[in-house]
Amino acid sequence: MFLRLAVSSLWRRKGSVLLTFFAITVSVFVLLGVEQIRVQAKNSFSNTVSGTDLIVGARTGDINLLLYSVFRLGNATANISWQSYQHIATDPNVAWTIPISLGDSHKGYRVMGTNTAYFSHFRFGQEQSLELAEGAPFSKVFDVVLGSEVARALGYQLGDQLTLAHGIGSTSFSNHDDNPFRVTGILKPTGTPVDNTLHVSLKGIEAIHVGWQNGVKLASRSNTPAADIQQEFTPQNITAFMVGLNSKLATFRLQRQINTYQGEPLQAILPGATLAEFWQVIAAMENTLRLISILVLVASLLGLAAMLLASIRERQQEIAVMRTIGASPWFLLALIEVEAILITLGASVLAIVLLFLSTTLSAAILAERFNLFIDSMIITTQFLIYLMVVAGGTLVVALIPGVSAYRSALHQDLTR
Amino acid sequence: MVVSIQDLSFHYSKNRTAVLDIPQWSLQSREQVFLHGPSGTGKSTLLNLLAGILLPSAGTIDILGKRINTLNGRQRDSWRARHIGVVFQQFNLIYYLSALDNIRLAALFGGTVNATSRASELLQALGIDTALHQQPAGQLSIGQQQRVAIARALINQPELLIVDEPTSALDARNRDVFMALLLDQVRLHQTALVFVSHDLALANTFSRVEAIADINRAGGIH
Repeated sequence: MFLRLAVSSLWRRKGSVLLTFFAITVSVFVLLGVEQIRVQAKNSFSNTVSGTDLIVGARTGDINLLLYSVFRLGNATANISWQSYQHIATDPNVAWTIPISLGDSHKGYRVMGTNTAYFSHFRFGQEQSLELAEGAPFSKVFDVVLGSEVARALGYQLGDQLTLAHGIGSTSFSNHDDNPFRVTGILKPTGTPVDNTLHVSLKGIEAIHVGWQNGVKLASRSNTPAADIQQEFTPQNITAFMVGLNSKLATFRLQRQINTYQGEPLQAILPGATLAEFWQVIAAMENTLRLISILVLVASLLGLAAMLLASIRERQQEIAVMRTIGASPWFLLALIEVEAILITLGASVLAIVLLFLSTTLSAAILAERFNLFIDSMIITTQFLIYLMVVAGGTLVVALIPGVSAYRSALHQDLTR
Repeated sequence: MVVSIQDLSFHYSKNRTAVLDIPQWSLQSREQVFLHGPSGTGKSTLLNLLAGILLPSAGTIDILGKRINTLNGRQRDSWRARHIGVVFQQFNLIYYLSALDNIRLAALFGGTVNATSRASELLQALGIDTALHQQPAGQLSIGQQQRVAIARALINQPELLIVDEPTSALDARNRDVFMALLLDQVRLHQTALVFVSHDLALANTFSRVEAIADINRAGGIH
């Protein structure tokens, strides 16, 4: 009966109640959305690479190196010579290396030149290795292995042919049209930037750039695919490489050796440590977003209090009737509190549903444009704490109209 | 004895003159008293005191042997819900609740069990069709609303029923129907009744008729 009274009372004032309801829905959506993006982004980034002890590139910022080598975000400032790579790769402490050569693309998807060590040593998530859904790793110069999302989005199947474009823009005027690649393998989904990448051999990268200078095809270039296949290409440069060590104890020693390498300016980073550094950099933005979302919530809860407070004035007769039939002032205070909680509870449920739908619907766009792979929704402790804060905040601000109702009830008599 | 008043005095603030000054007044079980008098003579203040909404400035009011001013606020609210029924002249019901829910709400405060079936019986007895039981009170006619108010006042089987100008908004036909139904129910439930009105035409149906001026020496609000 008590609940029915509260619901009926709210329904009677449905115009103002609905406006308040939607204001709270938006604020809870923003609050939980910011938290969701934070958690999802962390999970996505943390799961992208595992088991790699060092990432080596030309000297640049730690975070920049991590972003372009692992997350395919941004660009390298310089390349590493093949000799330097060979020198480090043959260090006795090094168990394996995965060379990475970036700079080309296909319809907006990045192309990565590497070797077969990539398929055997690269790990993501909880030390999971790459698996092929179809076909086999590249074995010839013009073989390409597609990430699952590339194959899905562009509709490629084994045996299909495609050409690469110079540069990483979605539209390029410098294409490697004369060297088409054949799809030999499609990887299983990983939920990482691997899904959005086309993988070719380093030889393939070299082959398509013969006769090119500074990103421009020279008029004298006359290579054909058949001619390229016949050649033995040795890469001149690569963009970066991942390193796995025989012993973790050697990590810092090798990192120091690479950072002080005399041959050329190189830099080695620890992926985990750099990721932590990255979170510190974006923590300020995170906190600002959180603060804004909390302020939006406070504003909408105060709006709720104002709406309920205004309703007390028009409910004097109702209060008088309830007092007459035995309602205590505490009952009226509790009624106002329950009305406030009902609005907030309903708004929170709607906000969660909207959040679920928006994360589900935006997952593909985030993956395609930002290499950010998110699950449909993650319920964290912080998420639940926020919901409790919303409920607690509601109870506190509803005390303003609640106490007004209480005081009104105390002074109410039968003649009003 | 249902009501016993001794040396009652009431004023709204210490600096103002007393609104009520009643040396002695009482109401016996099953008695129905008609109180009349012009506006501002303290009728409604007396009803508020009998209902425990206001407390005496001096003197005592005993309802069913219980001294009302010894109870705290919560106890008075509960006491009122269980032992006193009230019907106003208007704004009697919560108009967004159904007729049945208005009665069930009073039953909730009075702790009455099986409220739904009892409320339906009362509404039927008062001539409210079943089809109207779930109708929001605001959609009922004034006459129907007043009958629902009687049902609500009687749901907790109170020993005392306070009725304040209930027929002022009704036409003559509806007034007569209302009075007949009210008195039938009061007799049926053996409830003591304090009926306040300035319409002396209604007085002849009561066993006891008193002018407020005869019992209140203060003469009301000045």
